[in-house]
This record gives sequence, structure tokens and C-alpha cells, in this order.
Amino acid sequence: MFAVTAAAVLLVMAMTLVRAVRGPTTFDRILAVNTFGTLTVILIAVYGFLSGRPDFLDIGLLYALINFIATIAVTKFIKFAHLGGPEEGDMAGDV
Amino acid sequence: MAVAADIASGVCLMAGAGLALVGALGLLRLPDVFARMHGAGIIDTLGVGLIMVGLMFQSGLTLVTVKLILVLAFVLYTSPTTTHALARAALNAGVEPQVDAPPPGDGKGGGEGAPSKT
Repeated sequence: MFAVTAAAVLLVMAMTLVRAVRGPTTFDRILAVNTFGTLTVILIAVYGFLSGRPDFLDIGLLYALINFIATIAVTKFIKFAHLGGPEEGDMAGDV
Repeated sequence: MAVAADIASGVCLMAGAGLALVGALGLLRLPDVFARMHGAGIIDTLGVGLIMVGLMFQSGLTLVTVKLILVLAFVLYTSPTTTHALARAALNAGVEPQVDAPPPGDGKGGGEGAPSKT
């Protein structure tokens, strides 16, 4: 049961990577890499139960945090070309 | 009781894996970057949600379930934020959303009209 779920999640990861390679715009690739990170969290959780050591969930929680921050940072960099605070000319309240 | 928990866990895990496959199919096949966010959203909410609920049935009322709830809550909170930020960045960068179906230029053009009700 866990093995079937882990195999399905691995297949979904492969399909997401195809979109990451093919995607015509940058935002396709950012979306695919963010989804790949969420699937990594699922795979860590399922593999932890599969191997009888559910302590892997701490790593999964940490990677969920890192993945979110990384996606927001890349989106901000693509949009504004700098990672600082809002400056003259930036729309206030944006990413 | 353990058998019922195993059955519930199995159903949730299989449903979650199936919906993740549906979401990945949407990510591959939909025509536009804004449409593909729907597929990614399916994976991020129902895919993660059902798989985590299935794992919660497996671990009962222990600390592992609390950790699973924390991971699920974090992913459910941050996934719409990421999608929104990405969609705003894509719109501001000038990506045009495809709002009309492409004109029927290939083989099945004329035969797909409205079915007559008489």
C-alpha cells in the first residue's frame, strides 16, 4: 500500500519534471519546481512510514518551509530583479 | 478496529495518489500557464491532503499525527499564496492568458456543433 503510493508519487514527480523542462515560459518552470517540492514532502512522509521510521516527518516539514521560501524568492527576483525591499517605482504591497 | 483503520488508510492513500496523477496530467496537458496552476493546485491540496489523512489513520493518536497535521496545515496555507504570487508575476510580465478555445482548424472542426434536441 505504501509502496504503491510511493511509486505513484514518483511517477507524478517525473511528469512534473517533464513540464519543468518543456515549459515555454519561466513561470511554467517555477510552478513545476514548486510542485516537485511539495511532492518531495509527500514522498518523505510515505517513505518514512514505508521504512517504519516516521521520524522523517521533521525533514519533510523543514523542506516544505524551504520550498515555499525558495519559490517566493525566485518569483520576486524574476519580477523585480532584486531581492531587497520596495523601492521607487515598485508597486507597494506586491511580492 | 485496526482493520477498519487499515481500510480507511488504504482508500485515502489510493485516492490521494490517483488525484495526484490527475493533477500531473493537467500540469502536462493544459494549454496555458494559468490553466496549469489548476493542476498544480489539485496536487497541493487534495493530493497532499488525502495522503496525509491516510497516513494519519495509520499512526493513530500519537505525536506523529500531530506532525502530519502540522505539515498538512503548512502546505495548505502556503500553496495558495505561492500560486497567487506566481500568477501576479506572470500577468505583470506580460504572459497573455488564453481565454478562447483555439479555432477548429484540424480534423474535427465542423462536426462538433451543438447537438440538436429534436
